[in-house]
Amino acid sequence: MTAYLKLDHIDKSFARGGAVTEVLKEVCLDIAKGEYISIIGHSGCGKSTLLNIVAGLTQASAGGVILEGRQVDSPGPDRAVVFQNHSLLPWLSVYDNVRLAVDKVFSGTKSRAERHDWTLHNLDLVQMAHARDRRPSEISGGMKQRVGIARALAMEPKVLLLDEPFGALDALTRAHLQDSVMQIHAALGNTVIMITHDVDEAVLLSDRIVMMTNGPSARIGEVLDVRLPRPRRRLELVTDPAYLVCREAVLKFLYERHRFVEAA
Amino acid sequence: MSITALKSEAVVSPSTAKGASAPAKGAEIVRLAPSRPTPRGNRFAGYAHRVSVAVVPPLVVLLALLGIWELLCSGSGATLPPPSTIWQESYDLIVNPFFVNGSQDIGLGWRVLVSLQRVAVGFGLAAVAGILLGVIVGQSVWAMRGLDPIFQVLRTVPPLAWLPIALAAFRDSNPSAIFVIFITAIWPVIINTAVGVRNIPQDYRNVAKVLRLNPLEFFVKIMLPSAAPYIFTGLRIGVGLSWLAIVAAEMLTGGVGIGFFIWDAWNSSRLSDIIVALVYIGVVGFILDRLVAGIGAFVTRGTAAA
Repeated sequence: MTAYLKLDHIDKSFARGGAVTEVLKEVCLDIAKGEYISIIGHSGCGKSTLLNIVAGLTQASAGGVILEGRQVDSPGPDRAVVFQNHSLLPWLSVYDNVRLAVDKVFSGTKSRAERHDWTLHNLDLVQMAHARDRRPSEISGGMKQRVGIARALAMEPKVLLLDEPFGALDALTRAHLQDSVMQIHAALGNTVIMITHDVDEAVLLSDRIVMMTNGPSARIGEVLDVRLPRPRRRLELVTDPAYLVCREAVLKFLYERHRFVEAA
Repeated sequence: MSITALKSEAVVSPSTAKGASAPAKGAEIVRLAPSRPTPRGNRFAGYAHRVSVAVVPPLVVLLALLGIWELLCSGSGATLPPPSTIWQESYDLIVNPFFVNGSQDIGLGWRVLVSLQRVAVGFGLAAVAGILLGVIVGQSVWAMRGLDPIFQVLRTVPPLAWLPIALAAFRDSNPSAIFVIFITAIWPVIINTAVGVRNIPQDYRNVAKVLRLNPLEFFVKIMLPSAAPYIFTGLRIGVGLSWLAIVAAEMLTGGVGIGFFIWDAWNSSRLSDIIVALVYIGVVGFILDRLVAGIGAFVTRGTAAA
């Protein structure tokens, strides 16, 4: 079986002055179409570097990323990124932020009216159509992140890359957004890679959880299959034995076998 | 305002005093006097109040300064004319800025307009060239390393020092004056634009990369709006400098501008006219500064609060 997205023996090292720091070592992962993958690990383990390599924003020192049989090494809308701090352009309205992406990606294939409808459709998906004329400074952090997701979805990416998308949000807002992302994933069947350091979030959302060892020279330590039926409901899962097993497995990996040593 | 505040304090204080004098009663509810709602008719009064707060103090200080000036320059040995003499001697210049009595006898408004025309051309060129050069310096590390030291040296050259070279090169006074404006105004525009471009957040650059914006789209859609607050700071400094430079340049190149008017008035010992011209220059410079600042505030609305 050929994987939809293949991370092929990725090494990454940074040279600063004379010293070379190896961040990632031999990272291999095959991802199927429509799969939801979470990458979890302590901070500094190179999760974000790995995501940036998949996005094409950072070049791997060795190895590469193969998407649908083709190597990708530069950024593009087929691998849309939802950035941790939303990265909306503050001088554009919510609508124009999404429209910028739509105009760029579909300039040749959709008419003006179709692009307008597609923009609104994606804002609807994240329940942000009501705020289409507001600027990013006028909406809350959770709403900004929703718009960031809408912008990424609007590019119709082959892979959706989420870089700690809910990290800066309060717990309640985060839960709302996780539910939205689950609904969207169920409806559209996107292939998703999400960086997180929230164990519950990883178990709730993912099909597989990729656990990274601590850096330097971080590798994939374990990959956990989350065999929970979808649709998943947060409240029912709390007491679900399978959920608790998964949660325990991740926690044990993070806090027993790969304790974060540097942190006091 | 202050009177009502005092009143409400006066109403409150007896009850608080009572509460304080009888601690044995425990927690006693102290009622604050309700603040009286301002009637709608007072809205105009509030507006008038704000205007008077802004206008009255500078007016009072101005009158006081004029009074001191009058006192100091009224004596027999005074070298400068007092305000009253200026009012009498330069009455036509003060009252009517746009009279025409002959080719050289025209109102100061016309002269200011001629000078403004030169500033518009020189400053316009400086703005365009400065933003483009600033973008190059801000984007490219090599351009910065190569150009920045040169810019830093050239920008310290006083405007008038360029004038002889400009006159030699253009062999005409009008383009020379415009060149002096250009070379004066361009440095702050270049330097501020370069800083603005260098400060574009990496996030915005990443967004542009993921969207595969081409260089022109990146320039128009990301770079200009993101650097706009910096660019307008540079433009505002630049317009102020170019107004400084034009007056000096015109003194030497002649023509109809406000700068030459001052030089001409000096040569024919019309001190009062010079002082009136100074006031014109100051007011116009102030308006130019506010104009650029206003445009900047309008264009960059929203970007400041990211």
